[in-house]
Amino acid sequence: MSHRQLSEQEAREKSSELRTYLWGFGLALVLTLIPFGLAAYTQMASGTLYIVIAVCAVIQIVVHFRFFLHITLAKNKREDLQLILFTVLILAIMVGGTLWILFNLYYRMMPDMLP
Amino acid sequence: MTMTTKTQPGHASPAKPRVHHPGLNLGPAHQESEDTREEMVFGFWVFMMSDLILFGLLFGTYVTMLGGTAGGPGPGELFELKSAFIETMLLLISSFTFGMASLALKYRNDRKVLVIWLLVTLLLGLGFLAHELYDFHKMFTEGGVPSRSGFLSSFFSLVPLHGLHVTGACIWLIAILGQIAVYGVDSFVKSSLLRLAILWHFLDIVWIGIFSLVYLGGIV
Amino acid sequence: MSDIWNFVFGRLGWDALPFWEAIKDPTTFNIINGVIAGGAAALVLLGALAVVVWITWAGKWRYLWTEWLTSPDHKKIGIMFIVIAMVMLSRAIIEAVFMRAQQAVGLDGGFLSPEHFGEFFTTHGTIMIFFMAMPFLTGIINYVMPLQIGARDLSFPIMNQISLGLTAAGAAIVMISLVLAPFSTGGWSGYPPYTELAYNPGAGVDYWIWAVTLSTLSSTLTGINFAVTIYKKRAPGMKLFRMPLFTWTALSTAILMIFGMPPLTVCTALLALDRYLDFHMFTSDLGGNMMNYVNLFWAFGHPEVYILILTPFGVYSEVFATFSGKRLYGYTLLVIATICIAFLSFTVWLHHFFTMGQSAAINAVFGIATMLIGIPTGVKVYDWMLTMYRGRIRLSAPMIYAVGFIMLFVIGGLTGIILATPSVDYQVHNSLFLIAHFHNMLIPGTLFGMLAATNFWFPKAFGFRLEKRWGRRAAYCWIIGFMLAFFPLYALGVLGMPRRSLTFFEPAYLPWTIAAGCGAIVILFAMLFLLIQLWVSVRDRHHNNVFAGDPWDGRSLEWATSSPPPEYNFPVIPEVFSRDAFMAEKEQGKAYQVPDEFPDIEMPANSAMGVIIAVTGTALAFGLTWYMWWLVVLSCVVTLVAVIARGYVRNTTRIIPGAEVRRTHLAWLEHIRCTTPVDRSKEQTSENRGLPVPPVEGAVQ
Repeated sequence: MSHRQLSEQEAREKSSELRTYLWGFGLALVLTLIPFGLAAYTQMASGTLYIVIAVCAVIQIVVHFRFFLHITLAKNKREDLQLILFTVLILAIMVGGTLWILFNLYYRMMPDMLP
Repeated sequence: MTMTTKTQPGHASPAKPRVHHPGLNLGPAHQESEDTREEMVFGFWVFMMSDLILFGLLFGTYVTMLGGTAGGPGPGELFELKSAFIETMLLLISSFTFGMASLALKYRNDRKVLVIWLLVTLLLGLGFLAHELYDFHKMFTEGGVPSRSGFLSSFFSLVPLHGLHVTGACIWLIAILGQIAVYGVDSFVKSSLLRLAILWHFLDIVWIGIFSLVYLGGIV
Repeated sequence: MSDIWNFVFGRLGWDALPFWEAIKDPTTFNIINGVIAGGAAALVLLGALAVVVWITWAGKWRYLWTEWLTSPDHKKIGIMFIVIAMVMLSRAIIEAVFMRAQQAVGLDGGFLSPEHFGEFFTTHGTIMIFFMAMPFLTGIINYVMPLQIGARDLSFPIMNQISLGLTAAGAAIVMISLVLAPFSTGGWSGYPPYTELAYNPGAGVDYWIWAVTLSTLSSTLTGINFAVTIYKKRAPGMKLFRMPLFTWTALSTAILMIFGMPPLTVCTALLALDRYLDFHMFTSDLGGNMMNYVNLFWAFGHPEVYILILTPFGVYSEVFATFSGKRLYGYTLLVIATICIAFLSFTVWLHHFFTMGQSAAINAVFGIATMLIGIPTGVKVYDWMLTMYRGRIRLSAPMIYAVGFIMLFVIGGLTGIILATPSVDYQVHNSLFLIAHFHNMLIPGTLFGMLAATNFWFPKAFGFRLEKRWGRRAAYCWIIGFMLAFFPLYALGVLGMPRRSLTFFEPAYLPWTIAAGCGAIVILFAMLFLLIQLWVSVRDRHHNNVFAGDPWDGRSLEWATSSPPPEYNFPVIPEVFSRDAFMAEKEQGKAYQVPDEFPDIEMPANSAMGVIIAVTGTALAFGLTWYMWWLVVLSCVVTLVAVIARGYVRNTTRIIPGAEVRRTHLAWLEHIRCTTPVDRSKEQTSENRGLPVPPVEGAVQ
């Protein structure tokens, strides 16, 4: 297949999309280096470190959705966003419920399983 | 209900605003069977969401099994920061290269560039799998086998499931490359690539959860 | 030599024969059990043989292959799902009769062995949920929903075939387990550690795991298919709030399937890992936690029972409106109630294990959430009653089921509110009170709904009505049989009799178990009457022909087609302007119009994918169960090759020429012109040819 000539508008769109991917990669890289770096090279208190890791992870997940999967708040992308948010809600209920229930059960019924 | 004439099954009338899929709006150069493609992509998103629940529950189970080491080796003894980092980079770069492949698909109509980016992605994915298998082997030699404890069992249900998905994605990628060789980049191939892109990025998202919760969470 | 045998046949041995115990140790007791088990196995083999012989004798193999097994048509696939459901229903009812018989004579003994009884309650539950109710409602939605939204097929017809193949494979495995025994004795819920290798090393639990897994995968794919179809393939003008209520419940059911199946996939897969690879997810030692299995199972189990009930709610909505001759009352509230029920169903699962040991605070939260679900359900009951109020009610078979449902389901719902109180539940958990409660929901709710749906839409699917007298007899038998079989169980539960009890030593139970046994016999007759109804209806099919397509003066778009509809459903996709789209047309005198043009129609082409998956699915499950690893590898490879090969197929559609569409449509309209319309009082007679009298101006609508 031959190399297709891009119209001006297409060329602009393409470079904008390229920038989206580059930004996404850059941000994700930083959000990966931070937790790994802190874990490997500092003596940060584990409680604080857990929070940093979690926050970086959540932000990086959003970065992936926004920059690689192109899920934005735009009107025509609403459907997918709603689907993802609903899934997250169900997950929160199921996983959150599981954690609440099981740790309560461990405390009362199987204390050996408490970490 | 008047009988208006329609050519394709279940088509919206021309007046209804078209809801395009994010990022998958391949644009005017790729008009053919746009609607069927949109439906397939949406259906694949829905499937990904059910898969997300699966992984989420395994994550939750993993957290509840952290205490189930039964005197055996725990995360501190078995997990290595370096290998987790290598695997993370392999997967992250492969997500980027898949993005480059998507760009090539959308804008160049140039088969060669697309195939090259796809092959790079494939190599990175296979590299990830090879490294992960090596990692597991190392864990086995240190006594980190699933039959040792509940904790190890839950580790080996979560992480290899992700690996199995990556394997599936690689096989799919190879199948698509074969289809490109036979048919060129036709509309079936484009639809497949759009869906595989969703899977690939989704797997990187799950990996973010794994390296954060399992590896970093365990080592710290 | 024995090495080759072990490789080929895995751990399959002579002890897999269901009457092996009777041969090895021929006591009277063992012989009775052996005869029952052997008889069942013989029935399966003879039944399969009879079907093969009949098809060969009728010369219908080619027809079966091209018209049914490789068809992507949602109507055909729907019918095949329902056929599976009806066969499995017959088996599971017989199993119930055996259990009731055992308990009727069960004081200090009985005739069934403990293992046999264990298999009975396990297969009864597993079949009824996974291979009767799920396929039944899947089949009904498959058939009706695309017609109701004005679509030509589901979004993913080949995936629909695959769903059917997976369910068929699971059903096949459960039937095979009658011949190559045993099946699990762990109940339909399969709790570890009983179902772990330590306590159950045999093939039984593995059969159960793989049968359930096949069914779960099938339902997940079906859910995706239904949801995307409803979102993307509605006819122009059919906004969400113009959809028939049955379609709304189909959408909610689909969402529950998509999000409710994964927890089951997880817990059965983890159980399989425990059993096959020596994992310790749920074992009693080495850090296992069996409580998580219970948690995960019911995180699936509760949405599951709402899947089972929401579709019948949709059916009843259609039935009440149609047979009262009135618009459905409170449409918007019914939709909101449906959505609330669907969402809340994800928040209550802990009420299935109030007694597992968590704190009173957690129990209270989930108990309150459970009671909350009663509110939208109550709204629905009132809306249905208000639909009937001041309507012109015709007591057809679907209406008998519906009225029976309203009365009986409310009773069952009240017992549910009783059970939702943790302190009460502590007394009756896992007693027959619970059994009575959930059968009270499932039989008047799910089963009556499915039977009402069958009677309601059968004429649409096959072109002739089901015979009315046997239909009524069956309906009344079901109602009476259900009450006689299950109301005594409430008493037994409160008297302290646990569930799944082979035998008991308390004589006070006996009158109740005998009464329940009689109820089971009445239900057996109800099933028989259904089969007779089918037989008589087929025999009289020309008498009761309703080709014109609208035997009940229907309200939604499926009634605007011939009976049966053409493969492509509508010659031209309709445009919709209101709810009850077809009734609106009839009221405006705009029904049965001729379109301006008849364009060519593109339909999905036939494919063997469904059959391939059915075969490889069965082989894979069988191989895993009996440790025949070569079969496991082979079926995985074949499946992978088939899926990859499918990707290389490019001819996925076929064209139906516009001229043919025009011919078919005009012939149907001509038939309608020659048909005498009947008013609703005559709809159960052979004068009803499928064309109702147009609605009278000013009649209550």
